[in-house]
Amino acid sequence: MSVSSFQTREEGHLSNTILQMHDITKTFPGVKALDQVNIEVTEGEIHAICGENGAGKSTLMNVLSGIHPYGSYEGDVIYQGKECHFKNIKDSEKLGIVIIHQELALVPYLSIAENMFIGNEQSSHGVVNWDMTNQKAEEHMAVVGLHENPRAMIKDIGMGKQQLVEIAKALAKNVKLLILDEPTSSLNESDAKNLLDLLISFKKDRGITSIMISHKLNEIAYCADKITVIRDGQSIETLDRAVDEITEERIIKGMVGREMTSRYPQREHNIGDIALEIKNWSVHHPEFRERKVVDNVSINVRKGEVVGIAGLIGAGRTELAMSVFGHAYGSSISGEVYIDGQLVHLNTIPKAISAGLAYVSEDRKGNGLITSNSIKHNLSLARPEFISEKGILDKDLETNLTGEYREMLGIKAPTVEQLVSNLSGGNQQKVLVGKWMFAQPDIMLMDEPTRGVDVGAKYEIYQIINDLVEQGKSILMISSELPEILGMCDRVYVMNESKIIAEMSSEEASQEAIMGCIMQDSKGEIGA
Amino acid sequence: MSNTKTKLKGNLKQYTMLIALVFIIIMFQILTGGKLLKPMNVSNIVFQNAYVVILAVGMLLCIVTGGNIDLAVGSVITLVGACAGTFIISWGWNTYLSIGICLLLGVFLGIWQGFWIAYVRIPAFIVTLSGMLVFRGLGLLVLNGMTIAPFPADYMSLSTGFVNDFIGTIEIAGKKLNLTCMLVGILLCMAVCVMQVAGNQKRKSKGYTSEKGSILAVKLVVICAALMGFFTLLAQYRGIPTVLIILGILLLVYSFITTKTVMGRHMYACGGNEKAARLSGVKTQRLLFLSYVNMSFLAAVAGLVFAARLNSASPQAGQGFELDAIGACYIGGASAYGGVGTVSGTLIGALIMGVLNNGMSIMGISSNTQQVVKGLVLLGAVAFDILSKQQISLPFMKGSKKIGTESAKA
Repeated sequence: MSVSSFQTREEGHLSNTILQMHDITKTFPGVKALDQVNIEVTEGEIHAICGENGAGKSTLMNVLSGIHPYGSYEGDVIYQGKECHFKNIKDSEKLGIVIIHQELALVPYLSIAENMFIGNEQSSHGVVNWDMTNQKAEEHMAVVGLHENPRAMIKDIGMGKQQLVEIAKALAKNVKLLILDEPTSSLNESDAKNLLDLLISFKKDRGITSIMISHKLNEIAYCADKITVIRDGQSIETLDRAVDEITEERIIKGMVGREMTSRYPQREHNIGDIALEIKNWSVHHPEFRERKVVDNVSINVRKGEVVGIAGLIGAGRTELAMSVFGHAYGSSISGEVYIDGQLVHLNTIPKAISAGLAYVSEDRKGNGLITSNSIKHNLSLARPEFISEKGILDKDLETNLTGEYREMLGIKAPTVEQLVSNLSGGNQQKVLVGKWMFAQPDIMLMDEPTRGVDVGAKYEIYQIINDLVEQGKSILMISSELPEILGMCDRVYVMNESKIIAEMSSEEASQEAIMGCIMQDSKGEIGA
Repeated sequence: MSNTKTKLKGNLKQYTMLIALVFIIIMFQILTGGKLLKPMNVSNIVFQNAYVVILAVGMLLCIVTGGNIDLAVGSVITLVGACAGTFIISWGWNTYLSIGICLLLGVFLGIWQGFWIAYVRIPAFIVTLSGMLVFRGLGLLVLNGMTIAPFPADYMSLSTGFVNDFIGTIEIAGKKLNLTCMLVGILLCMAVCVMQVAGNQKRKSKGYTSEKGSILAVKLVVICAALMGFFTLLAQYRGIPTVLIILGILLLVYSFITTKTVMGRHMYACGGNEKAARLSGVKTQRLLFLSYVNMSFLAAVAGLVFAARLNSASPQAGQGFELDAIGACYIGGASAYGGVGTVSGTLIGALIMGVLNNGMSIMGISSNTQQVVKGLVLLGAVAFDILSKQQISLPFMKGSKKIGTESAKA
């Protein structure tokens, strides 16, 4: 990296402040992910960043590490007193800033040592020195307390150990500022505790600063020196262990203390009989068959009702919905599904669709839409029988029918011939919802129906949901945005670690109550 | 207005390849001193390329449903040809019975490959690479490494013969014209016109968007002129080649399946995004399975046609044919990632390859050079496709845009 890519900046430089991020604003097409965020990190502390899913935590860290390059955001990043213009992740790593993502970036079929030195190979003249590689790997592994053969393959060691490899890899890059994005989300209790203790020892023994993004407030309360709360892309407050009393309740208050204005359209509540009932539903992971991802869940949805499932990412909500939808996910599924009081066996997706179910995927590009196809082909995909006779398509009927849906949903495109890949995120989401409305289901399982959609399009999608329930349809809505759950749902189930842990009416439900519920259930993970 | 614009853009690729085909034909017509479009040579082009078109149509379905290719088709041709030769020549079985058994054999080979690909989920490349070795080996075993010849006349007439001239010939301007051939050409033109006009009227009466009369008229004139030109050339030689009837039926059936049926729609959906298609109730595994069964069935048809053309069952038959078929699909605009491609495009792709082959042969260009040209044409066509779609500017082009967009992840 050339020296000119960052310049010295004298003012505002405190001797013990390692990082300042000033008025960081980052917009994606249609979404303002960060809005003038400020954060200041002192050298040698563990600084936690808290916020709901989608609050902008990961985006902020991507700005810091150069994944979003200089120029794609507004504001200043000042690291060790110098303003930084990182063009890519290499630039930030040269200065000792290392980010460890939630999904680990390890190559399963390479050894621990090889992974540790990827992109940083111990070589001379392009020839790798394996003795040095393995020896250095062992040194770093000893520091993080990983007792394995450096030649062992990554795929053969557990998740907790893989996380340690990532940290050892950071050490190999001479890390000064370590960023961890949800480091314990896939770890068990003891591995998580080890990891946090390791961070504390890094701080004490080596003066390494850590920034940790986490949902697990008990972990944050356990190890963080300072906590910055981010909400809706804005930095709300920074709590300091030396000044404030850090408790989970205090953090939750900061995270959720948002005004609830009319972001959710009103609807008539006309709730009828039970439309969908799921009893004692258990699902195992499709590959790791001993792992239960849905554990003995019993829920129901009534006609004309919007029922929410709140919970953290990875709680098993998507797995629950997809397994009910014609066993689209999972293995050794057990339990019963009743539709309008009738026991049904929906073991294939076509059966689920003809039984009146629909599943609006959370991942519209991956699982939901065929982006290389036109709007009309996507809209009619789930129920071609509405536009065909004996398997032969009536294309004119298709154009007209899907055209009606385009108008009804307000999809902004000149015609239904338009390719879905040319639409904005919000309009793509409307096509996805429209595809399932076209199928005319009675029960819609909606998984994060407003993910990655701007506020205006969100409102329109809520309006569509309201129209559907007013027609007597039932909606089961999975959402990681608590305000959305509270604003839209008549009833809320809270799911955590594969189980339903609470059911609340809309009157009982509040952000504090839901978060408190999840925290209570996750307790015991850390010796709190 | 914008509607026609998007439609035009969507069809542009297919039209550019059609224009390229016309350009290539004109070029070789000049370079060969008019030999390319001599009546006899036009018949020859039909015979030379029939098997490629048959294979390419099957290959198209494999490519569309999943971006997969079938490497085994050349070997299926060997094995089917070997069986046909053994049944008919060595054992003296009834020709039609033997053909039936050979087609069933094709279906069976397809079931074998489709099972491993669709249900066991072994990558198609590996399964069909295995099939390529196994089927060729079986073919060699059946033939014991030797060529069997000749086939009896009734078998030969099925694919190398011409349709009997029921009416007779007339002489116009010193040229003999096969009247049956001319009549079929005229009937086809009339059928096309009636179907297009009636379809448009139906659309109009139902209040759907219909084509403007003038545009429709121009379109019909161009189609009829091309059809009549082609049939007039055939009529000047010996009339309609029998294999053209097989080809015509296959092309009609498969373009109907791909464009007008739910199954066809599902194939494109499956290739576009298999996960999304599955979650929309598309039986993706069954489609994948069927496309390979169909591929081997068509390879068996091509094998029978090719054996008749060679008038022998040869251990070398069909070697490298899979590559001709795959090339035709890609030149015709099919996407290597699946989900995109048309039967008409594939026909054009096959004809581009066929005319290139034929034209260069007439010019006396060595087959070594021909391979170089064909390879470059394939690369050029696909590169054009990708560059025009993604608007990538190469590093050396000025004002290059950056590839890829950031994704929002918060």
